[in-house]
Amino acid sequence: MSEDRKIKLATCSLAGCFGCHMSLLDIDEKLFPLLKKVEFDRTPFTDIKKCGSCDIGIVEGGVSNVENVHVLKEFRKHCKVLVAMGACAITGGVPSLRNNIDLWDCFQEIYLYEGGLEGSQIPNDPELPLPLDKVYPVYEVVKIDYFLPGCPPSADTIWKFLTDLIAGREPKLSYEMLHYD
Amino acid sequence: MDSCEFSQIEQQLSPVFEQHGYEAQKLLQILLDVQEIYSFIPDEAITYIANLLSVSRVSVKAVVDFYSFLSFKSVGEYRVLFSDNITDQMLGKNELMQYFCKKMWLEPGKVSEDNLLSVDSTSCTGMCDQGPAALVNGWPLTNLDQQRLDLIAKLIRDRNPVSTWPAMLFEVKDNIYRSEILLGKPSVAGAAIKATLERGVAATLSEIEASKLRGRGGAGYSTANKWSSCRTSPGTAHYIVCNADEGEPGTFKDRVLLNSYADLVLEGMTIAAKIIGATQGFLYLRGEYRYLRRKLEEVLAQRRTAGLLGRSILGELGFDFDIEIHLGAGAYICGEESALIESLEGKSGRPRNRPPFPVTHGYLDQPTVVDNVETFACVSKIAEYDSAWFTALGTAQSSGSKILSISGDCARPGIYEYPFGVALYEIFDDCGAEDVHAVQVSGPSGTLVSCKEFRRRICFEDLPTAGALIIFNRERDILQVALNSAHFFAYESCGFCTPCRVGTQLQKKIIDKISDGYGTAYDLEELKYIGHIMRTMSHCGLGHTAANQVIDMLDKFPDAYKNKLKKLVFEPAFDLDRALEKARKITGRDDKLAHFP
Amino acid sequence: MSKNFTLDGKVISFKDGQTIMDAALTAGVYIPHLCHNPKFIPHGSCKLCIVNVNGRNMTSCTMPAGNGMVIENNTSALNDDRKALVQMLFVEGNHTCPSCEASGNCKLQATAYYLEMLSPHYTHFYPPRTVDASHPDIFLDLNRCILCELCVRASRDVDGKNIFKISGRGIGSHLVVNAESGKLGDTNFAVTDKAARVCPTGAILIKRRGYKTPIGHRIYDHKKINEIQAESDHE
Repeated sequence: MSEDRKIKLATCSLAGCFGCHMSLLDIDEKLFPLLKKVEFDRTPFTDIKKCGSCDIGIVEGGVSNVENVHVLKEFRKHCKVLVAMGACAITGGVPSLRNNIDLWDCFQEIYLYEGGLEGSQIPNDPELPLPLDKVYPVYEVVKIDYFLPGCPPSADTIWKFLTDLIAGREPKLSYEMLHYD
Repeated sequence: MDSCEFSQIEQQLSPVFEQHGYEAQKLLQILLDVQEIYSFIPDEAITYIANLLSVSRVSVKAVVDFYSFLSFKSVGEYRVLFSDNITDQMLGKNELMQYFCKKMWLEPGKVSEDNLLSVDSTSCTGMCDQGPAALVNGWPLTNLDQQRLDLIAKLIRDRNPVSTWPAMLFEVKDNIYRSEILLGKPSVAGAAIKATLERGVAATLSEIEASKLRGRGGAGYSTANKWSSCRTSPGTAHYIVCNADEGEPGTFKDRVLLNSYADLVLEGMTIAAKIIGATQGFLYLRGEYRYLRRKLEEVLAQRRTAGLLGRSILGELGFDFDIEIHLGAGAYICGEESALIESLEGKSGRPRNRPPFPVTHGYLDQPTVVDNVETFACVSKIAEYDSAWFTALGTAQSSGSKILSISGDCARPGIYEYPFGVALYEIFDDCGAEDVHAVQVSGPSGTLVSCKEFRRRICFEDLPTAGALIIFNRERDILQVALNSAHFFAYESCGFCTPCRVGTQLQKKIIDKISDGYGTAYDLEELKYIGHIMRTMSHCGLGHTAANQVIDMLDKFPDAYKNKLKKLVFEPAFDLDRALEKARKITGRDDKLAHFP
Repeated sequence: MSKNFTLDGKVISFKDGQTIMDAALTAGVYIPHLCHNPKFIPHGSCKLCIVNVNGRNMTSCTMPAGNGMVIENNTSALNDDRKALVQMLFVEGNHTCPSCEASGNCKLQATAYYLEMLSPHYTHFYPPRTVDASHPDIFLDLNRCILCELCVRASRDVDGKNIFKISGRGIGSHLVVNAESGKLGDTNFAVTDKAARVCPTGAILIKRRGYKTPIGHRIYDHKKINEIQAESDHE
């Protein structure tokens, strides 16, 4: 990678809790040297809505609805390297606990039985992203180049991973950096 | 069924226990009878059986849960199971099953509301030369077509007991087209035992050794070595087991041997008993062949009367031996010898850890010889004649003959006995196969052979086989062959070890994906690696061979899948649009955004 | 005369009747395993402990050691295949580590760390499985059961209670409880039973103990499973 051009990085959170993004921010002061090499494209930090052509895309969260699929496919299309970050992206994680509850029961519980929603009904607005039958890990929908497990991966782990990747090294996590919780 | 009916369970089951006794080893046999009485295994019966056999309820339930022909819920007064082998499919099984279900207003796998009928698929029933085939309440139906199904539909609607149905529906032909030393010149019952006694036990074992006989179940282990080890293994009793669990799809030669050459087989078992010193033998008959049971019992009775079974066989003091028939209940894995022994002991058919091998620790942990039906038939002939007569046929490492069950695209499907060493192309001429594109040798667990290899020979040195040979012409879709076998193994894996239990499922999913038109080059690599894991890490032969058809297809038949693949590198593992179906239904949405293009 | 074999080039002696695994553990050499525990009759179902003996793959926990065997264990090829097996176990069940009390103390997870598994790789089955909370002191969460049968063996061979059994076939194989209701609460299972403490995952959990050990102090937080194994055989 030449010195003059910054690495373009995009991130997003699908069916996740943004915990991985919080962990990314937890890199704290080490973010400054990182930002000398990296320029953010679409991320929750920049408010850019569409992913441009990027070197690295990082996806947090599993695939739970139509919008998640579209965003994920957009990332795959525009990012040279796509990284699945966190337990939800890699296994479906906590959101996938819904996978063994019938979708109909989920809808009923949320829209019909939940207190304080009198006269409520199941919404059918096309604006609302329709949920998939299950929450899927991202690698079952698009090809993923790297996996960064953890719930969330620690700031140090993300930093190590990114600095390796940016420097053109195969990312290597120490034993203590590799965990699924 | 009403619960009050089960208050008489004791009374209803007492004949079952009278027949089988109260040993835990009889559990599977008892359960088969209970299933027949109620069309399922009632919870009350489980408690009752557990008490009488002094085993836990959960052990009884685990056995019910393992075998396909046993169930916790009613399968209806009539249960029609269509044989799902690739040969049945080639003869129109899927369309016929659909036709029949439509006619009976029934979904496959479901029981009709009036509890009259259920329809489903089952693994190959061994009628590939006269398919499409099915089982009705365990009895084989052959040569099915719409006309026959119309008749069956009427018989079921009128609630005619299966025992009163026209015999032609159940006709099973031998279809022997070629004979050599086994199927040719008939033997007189008792001749081989007599020859054995005259020659002496040690000399007969030497004769078997000199004959270089190898097991006919496919693995080809030296029979003489096996019997010698068993003979010298210490134990309180020794056992002989005939493996008639002919479950390999496409194999039906044991069916014919048991139907028309039972004496030859039983005589071989008796000789084995004399050699290893056994007094008890078992014939493990696959559940699909239970229709042969009555006939076999008659042959056994005749042999007892003739002094060929029972006490002091042929007047020789101390030569006591008898044979009991044990029925299987729908589990391919029970063809594996240690799983078969578990099943004989009344348990789920999970293969044991080996060593120890059955020759030292088999049935009830005692030295046991387990051999294929055809192996015992060979022994009879060797004992009656001699090793030189036997080795006159065959090749250097494969002496004698091999009985092949030939089916698929040929004019004369049936039984062909050849000297070992026969080339595939020679076989095609005999059975009337034209325009052959591929041959499956030895079933899904065997080898898929392409037309470039038709000079290959049936023998242990080249193409070993338990006897199945399925022929495919140029019209056939080889992907369907691999798919059929992937589904078969996913259904028949016993579930004991990780690589086979999970690997067979993953293999099935990926083959389905390719067949549905969503496969990519990535999926092919996945199939190869999963195949490698199953081959090298599995517990038994089932797992070791479960990828054979898929891998052979990938290696030898690129045309079968190449055009089906997406040009992309990667496709989702599942159908995205189908994954929205539920939510569309719930919300009533059908707009553009509620679909994936 | 003592008998021995070589394991990755190291000479390991054994006594008659010992398996390859027995001899390796005695010598402090780690062979990955999940269904094995030296205190119980070997089972041989997880296949993680497969080693290559004179060119052939063998299950080390059930294979008797033989004099002069040349055995490969810690090779990248075998570890890659073992990783695939662990990945299969992960997708077969519902292993949501972040919401599992056993996380950090789980042998399945620790073995996956040891084999550097970054993702479960295969398509998830997300099987519908049940949680049985009927027992006053113990949870039975079948989402996490890997069918190792350690609880079956412990209950049968040590506790003498026969509370567990594997039922079903193929991918439908599942753990069942020996009670008319099928519920753990209707058995005489006790928190002091051996079977309550042998589960390698979080399928059998003792109630009111969850998350007692803080992150950073759990068994595998800092040490790999092979190092722990070498120190002592924990359960």
